[in-house]
This record gives sequence, structure tokens and C-alpha cells, in this order.
Amino acid sequence: MVVQKPAIAGTVESSDALVSVEPGDGKIELTLTSSVMNQYGRQIRETVLDTLNRLDVKSVKINVVDKGALDCTLKARVECAVFRSCDASEKNIPWGGAVQ
Amino acid sequence: MKNYVGRDIPDELLVNGKEVYQGKNYMDGKYLKKASPCTRRYEKPQESKLVETLADALRQCGAKSGMTFSFHHHLRDGDFVVNMVMKAAIEELGLDNLTIAATSLGAAHDPVAEYIEQGKVVGIQTSGIRGRIGEVVSAGKLKTPAIVRSHGGRPRAIEAGEVHIDIAFVAAPTSDCVGNCRGIGGKSNCGSMGYAMTDAKYADHVVVVTDCLVDFPNMPASVEAIDVDAVVVVDSIGNPKKIASAAARISQNPRDLMMAENVAKVIASTPYFKDGFSFQTGVGGPSLAANLFLEKYMDERGIKMGWAIGGICGPMVELLKKGKVGKVIDVQDFDLDAVNSIHQTPNHFEMSASQYANPANKGAFVNKLDFVVLAALEIDTGFNVNVLTGSDGVLRGAPGGHPDTAAGSKCCIIVTPLIRGRMATVCEHVVTVTTPGDCVDVLVTDYGIAVNPNRPDLIECLDNAGIPHVSIESLKEKAYSLVGRPDDLQWEDKVVAVLEARDGTILDAVRKIKPFTLE
Repeated sequence: MVVQKPAIAGTVESSDALVSVEPGDGKIELTLTSSVMNQYGRQIRETVLDTLNRLDVKSVKINVVDKGALDCTLKARVECAVFRSCDASEKNIPWGGAVQ
Repeated sequence: MKNYVGRDIPDELLVNGKEVYQGKNYMDGKYLKKASPCTRRYEKPQESKLVETLADALRQCGAKSGMTFSFHHHLRDGDFVVNMVMKAAIEELGLDNLTIAATSLGAAHDPVAEYIEQGKVVGIQTSGIRGRIGEVVSAGKLKTPAIVRSHGGRPRAIEAGEVHIDIAFVAAPTSDCVGNCRGIGGKSNCGSMGYAMTDAKYADHVVVVTDCLVDFPNMPASVEAIDVDAVVVVDSIGNPKKIASAAARISQNPRDLMMAENVAKVIASTPYFKDGFSFQTGVGGPSLAANLFLEKYMDERGIKMGWAIGGICGPMVELLKKGKVGKVIDVQDFDLDAVNSIHQTPNHFEMSASQYANPANKGAFVNKLDFVVLAALEIDTGFNVNVLTGSDGVLRGAPGGHPDTAAGSKCCIIVTPLIRGRMATVCEHVVTVTTPGDCVDVLVTDYGIAVNPNRPDLIECLDNAGIPHVSIESLKEKAYSLVGRPDDLQWEDKVVAVLEARDGTILDAVRKIKPFTLE
């Protein structure tokens, strides 16, 4: 997918994450802050990058403000932000396909 | 050197007779030479000990650089006294190289962090360490490692002379002109003043700070005029709204209530649950709610609680007023219901920290305790509990009476949700051991109950009552299956805090956390 415009998903409530994306410069630029950085920062980064890879996003600036979200929440927030960024979040969401 | 709970204690800490933790009751039967303060004689009759300002009181007590000042934390997050005294000592008298020995420090004491960074405060001895102080100490900015003790460990250390208090400051809701203090009757009431009592007896000098001067004699006094050098009247010793909450409310959270009900079931399955049993609970959600369910079992069996101790709050006072508990003995009050009850409701008594929990005296209340219900930030598969350091390795908690009641009680129950956000509460290794696993008997979580294998008798009780239980390892695996397995924290070698076991041995050392980078 191609990130076409800035979009966000999620909240900064405890156990959630706020994910914002905007069009990139041909690469993936991730900035991450997390309330559980020391113990889970590495895993959060992997989850975010895996999700972008699954959505075939190659170019994006993505900012994740994590408040202790579980992996399933992180995936859902990244997916939603990307789909919103290309106006694909209203209908025909590929449940079980690119969105897992 | 590795201690009994597997923690590596650096050799440089094992000096002046300090030993590593070697299991509970290791010091039993040993003799203790008590320290004695050097106090000033006030032989000539004095009309009053009132002095104008804190600075004057400090001068009168011979305050100088390098001294140790003690404080107590009954005013909790509302306390103004620590900051006022340190400001007078450092900014008016120009003192430095000071050590603060407080029964606890909290968010109210953020300004002290500045004095640590300036190198004016070089030592911290406390139970609780939180907020900015926790951050700067964790960042290695305090000149000497902070010493963290339990509420029972502190009076032990004072009596043993390991902490010598040059000047003790007593935050007194009421005092008369010669220093008889009480925790009630003023405008910033805290109820019990139990933590101040040992300090006042063992300090060279004692300064009372009050915002409500009352007629002599202020009786019965919690801290007595015979130990007091000076009385200072200030506008306000604290913010009453933050000293005691309106009322500790019992949780409505169904998860808390489910865990609380299971705690009560476990208690009711043991032989200690009989008429006259004794009990302490924390004020966390599920621990406090346990009161409610316990009352049902007491009614069912037609039994009453003999006595309860601890930090006291409204629900326990309710039980006392209903005649369902014989006596409440109180070292600190958490809400206005408790503050307004002490010395008023018959059989609601005050006690000192030493009487409450000191392992080196001849019989603290915790030693007669049947049950204690406590919370945990983390508990590992060795049943070791952490209530001090966060998952990022930063100091933000307090052992309080946790290790004392766990060690003294016949049945120590930890109640905690399996996960909090992404943090696994039940884990492989806690960040810091604050209560050793040999003192913890049962773990109740929202995903199941585990009993310490050291207690086959309790396992049998649960089995006989048909209460299902699992291994603590399986709870840990369940937690990790939900949140993922955490990476190990990365530490530097520098020790920023030493965690003393209640008996004075070294239980753990908190090191400086390495700045985290993803790369």
C-alpha cells in the first residue's frame, strides 16, 4: 500500500498506542516511544515493521506513542492508520488477508 | 556474593559487619547493643519551647553540615514539612552534605531532588522513594547509595545505631508549647503518629513543627514533651486533602472483586480462620475488597476477628464499630474515617513503628499476625515480590510494612492481576527483591491461585476446600503468552540503592539503569 496523506489511529490511553503515518521518502522511518520501552521496545518495533511489511508499505514516516499496548492492539492501530492514509478504511477491508 | 534469594550483592557493600540475606529468622536469638542519643538537659523550668522560625530551631539544635535529619510520613502526599525544613537548612543556614532519613518519601518531596542534584543532600534513607527523587537517585545523582528499609527495618536500624539521627522533625497536627504532640484535634490531622515515635526517642534533638498550638497539656501525647527541644508554629504543615483521602472506597471493579473473593476463600480454608483471628490488609483495590468477603465468611461461621493492625482505613473502622473486630492497632491512617476514629472509637489504639514491625525487639505485632493480604508490582516464580522498582528499573515504590508482615504472619497472601497493561506481574525474575519468597505463601491472581511449595499444609487446606490452584510457573507462562517475554533490563555497575532486609542483611542492590536505545 502507498501512504498518500497523514493519518492517525489509536489513543494515548493506558494499554493503547497512538500511531500516526505520513508519506515517506522511499524508506520506512519509525520513531517510537513507549511506557514499556526497556522490556518491550525491541518487540514493539518488530511488530510495527512486520505489520508494515505485511501491508507492503515501503515508504512511510511512522510515529508510535505506545502506552503498553499488546501486540494485537499495535497491529490493529498500524493497519488502521495505513488504511486511513489511503482512504481505504471505509469499506472492502481485506479481513483475514492483509489485515489479520 | 549471592544471597539466599539468588541476588548478587557487591562485596563493597559487605563492610562493617554487613551480611547478605540468609533466609528469614537468621538473626533470631542474637543480641543487640542499643544505641543511645546524646540529649540536652533542660533542668531549669521553661515556660515554653516555642521558637520563631525553623532556622532558629535548627540553630538551637546545633544544626551543621553533614548531619542526618529524620522525618515521618503521616502527612503522606500532603506533607509540607520535609521541604520547609530542608529549605531552611540549605538556603537559610547554608548547610550541605546532609542525609535525609525519612520513614517514607513521595511526590510531595520533589523539591528535594534539586538538593540532591546540587550535592547538598548526599544521603537518603527511606522506605518509599518515588517521583523526582526516585528519578534522580536512579540516575546515579545521589552521592551515596540510597538505603531502603521496611517500616520494621527502620526502627531496628535506629536502635542498632546504624542510623544516627541528629535532629528529628515531628510534623504535628497539634502540639502544646512544650512539644506534647497528637495527630488529631488540629486542621491537618493525620491520626496515628506511630512512625515518629522511635525517631523521637533515639534522636539527639527533636523539633516539633505544628500548625495548631493547643493548651498544655496535649494528652495523651503521641510524641512527648520529654523528648522535644523546640516547637515551631508554621502556617500549615500540609494539605489536608492530600493527607487523608475522603474515604477509601471498596472497588467495584469485577476483576478486583473476583480476586478479593478468592482471597477470602483461601483465608477461610485455613485452620487459622477461627474466632479471635488477626488480620492486616493493604489499601489496594483487591486487598481492601477482601474485607467485604471476609465478613461474609465470619458471619457464616459465627466468628469474630480478634484484632487488626497496619495502615488503617474506613472499612476496618466499620468492622470495629460493628463489633466484628475486637481491637484495631494503628501505625498510620489512610482516610478520614480512620483519622477520626483513632483515640475516639473504643479499642482503636495507636502504636509505634517498632511495636508494629521491628524484627529486633522482643515481640512486634506482626509476629502474632495470622493473615496479611498484600499487593505486588511483580512476583517471580520463587515467590519473591517487588514493590519498589518499575519495569524500567526506576525507583518508584516502597517496601513499607510488606516484608515485615509477610515474614511475621502465618499466612501471607499476595493478590495482584496477572498483567497490568503490557507488564507481566507474574514473571521469571523480579527487577528487585523487596520481600523474599520464603515469606510469601499464596498468590491470588485473576487467572488462578498458586501456593508456595514450601507450604504443603496450605496446599492441603486448599485441596480440602476444593479451591483449584496451579503452579506459579504456569501463571508466569500464561502472562508471557499474553504480553510476550520481556527483554532483560540493562544495568550499569553503579549501585544507586541498597535494599536492606528487615533484619539488616542485604536483600538486593538496585543498579543504575543503562539509557535505552533501540539500536
